[in-house]
Amino acid sequence: MTLADKVWEAHLVHRGEGEPDLLYIDMHLVHEVTSPQAFEGLRLAGRRVRRPDLTVATMDHNTPTIGLDQPLADPVSATQIETLAANCAEFGVTLYPMGHANQGIVHVIGPEQGLTQPGMTIVCGDSHTSTHGAFGALAFGIGTSEVEHVLATQTLPQRRAANMAVTIEGDLPPGVTAKDVILALIGQIGTGGGVGHVIEYRGSTIRSLSMEGRMTICNMSIEAGARAGMVAPDDTTFAWVEGRPHAPKGADWERALDHWRGLPTDEGATFDTEVVLDATALRPHVSWGTNPSQVVPIDGDVPDPESFADPGEAEAARRALAYMGLRPGVAMREVPVDTVFIGSCTNSRIEDLRAAAAVVGGRRVHAGMRAMVVPGSMKVKLDAEAEGLDRVFTAAGFEWRSAGCSMCLGMNPDKLAPQERCASTSNRNFEGRQGRGGRTHLVSPAVAAATAVAGHFATPEDL
Amino acid sequence: MEPVRTITGTAVPLRRSDVDTDQIIPSDWLKRVARTGFGQGLFSEWRSDPDFVLNQPRYEGATVLVTGANFGTGSSREHAVWALQDYGFRAVVSPRFADIFRTNCTKAGLLPVQVDAAVGEALMAAVEADPATVITIDVESRTLVAAAAAGVSTTFPLDDFTRMRFLEGLDDIGLSLRYAEEIAAYEAARPTWLPGAAAP
Repeated sequence: MTLADKVWEAHLVHRGEGEPDLLYIDMHLVHEVTSPQAFEGLRLAGRRVRRPDLTVATMDHNTPTIGLDQPLADPVSATQIETLAANCAEFGVTLYPMGHANQGIVHVIGPEQGLTQPGMTIVCGDSHTSTHGAFGALAFGIGTSEVEHVLATQTLPQRRAANMAVTIEGDLPPGVTAKDVILALIGQIGTGGGVGHVIEYRGSTIRSLSMEGRMTICNMSIEAGARAGMVAPDDTTFAWVEGRPHAPKGADWERALDHWRGLPTDEGATFDTEVVLDATALRPHVSWGTNPSQVVPIDGDVPDPESFADPGEAEAARRALAYMGLRPGVAMREVPVDTVFIGSCTNSRIEDLRAAAAVVGGRRVHAGMRAMVVPGSMKVKLDAEAEGLDRVFTAAGFEWRSAGCSMCLGMNPDKLAPQERCASTSNRNFEGRQGRGGRTHLVSPAVAAATAVAGHFATPEDL
Repeated sequence: MEPVRTITGTAVPLRRSDVDTDQIIPSDWLKRVARTGFGQGLFSEWRSDPDFVLNQPRYEGATVLVTGANFGTGSSREHAVWALQDYGFRAVVSPRFADIFRTNCTKAGLLPVQVDAAVGEALMAAVEADPATVITIDVESRTLVAAAAAGVSTTFPLDDFTRMRFLEGLDDIGLSLRYAEEIAAYEAARPTWLPGAAAP
């Protein structure tokens, strides 16, 4: 069996002819945006939260990243935040609200608190729940109706997804990161390439990645259309989990380890779809368009829409270039950038901040550039400050913020202005994603940092 | 959800692929805590262009949205489905749907009709040529038929369980709670090391 199949079978509550499997959910993460209508549904039906102890909520999408002691400027956001607090109080759900030491982006705090462990089923009303698959958990995003279903029953009816193996072999060249691996993969298989599949990332490249790197890759599985992304747990995983607040302790740790060591895909198990990527040939990637498959190596040029054989892709490229304000044939390195955003559930962990700080240390943000660093959680923020990373960033001219989704998605005060061009470590370059009319280019933390210094797309070696 | 047996109506052709849910309902709209009133926000950025297809009077009153492949990619926001429904759509036709969007459709009662790319293109062309083209979608027989002039007739995938839920308008939670005893038995046997939210 594959890793995904093992986790699936271990969570089977009911299997019946002609109906989807009913799976037990080990952990349900909740945030303010996709939960209010679900709690309201419970109230209307007179239902309770079945397992408040397996439900953890935080505030991240709407939260400002400065002035946390002030009331929210947007009354609609304020209502949504207050609604979550009221719902958690009414239904007995643990909440890490704004200002709490455990608050942060939901996909950063789950692993950080040890709530994310190998072999679990984890859901959240958020597509980037795939992040948690880095631990060998089966973790996927759900809609609000499903949020209500999990709140009420701690289960979900699910149709089994197909298994896809993405095998990545070889050492990453210097300057190439996990972010570049996943951008290159999405560029190769497209935004629909993973539809109907759970991806298992395999191979020597994945094995030598840190947990942070694996999380970055699993995080963007959804950008390839996959239901989930997973990495088999190994000693890197166990070392990362051990000692976290909710990690098993003592004899439980040993029992858990025994179970976890049996999770990796069996020798000879077969996958429905197989994709291979050569890590040694990769370069840092930059997106040029308005979906995450529209990427090029940073050494490349803005593509010519006429170069796409498929008329639909050519039309999509024309539309994307018009929105992005780019001309075909321009070298990516020559594209001037207005803003750099380092943050989001894709790249806001301590390792990401270290990578960016290593580039900007002793340098200055390019004149006129807006640059900000938004740690993924309050814990990441404190850890970074303990290492002095905040001073490296602020000395270089970056803004140093508090935790939240921030400029990834335009639901809080951190937004792009129309036509403002941003090098962003986030996950989506959709039209208007970072603010109406804003132009997003997805990059790694290292490229984002180098770009902030250079004023145009750049790698650290360019500086 | 309300039962859905047959949908008969005209269609809007949205000739775009990879339409993400950020376009279907921009994130500003997601701050609301109600489940209704999202129709106004449907494609609100694109609708600021007077030529956008939803702004063309000839497509007024349509109940079927015909789109390119990979419809509903990106964010899991079910608000995208609520916006399409609130605007008046009862079915979406596409060669491929994003997984979460498709599931959200089936939970909320918006019918996802997946067709071959060639059929989707024929339907798109027919609706572009004649906005009065009437499409009939039957859940029971899993068929889509466009009026004779368009000459499109096809079946679409919908598993038996989901079809039954559409036909009978059944509450998913109620269906799962039929297995309450099995849920309790599963819970009783869960390993002790698994995390819970009680303060460690």
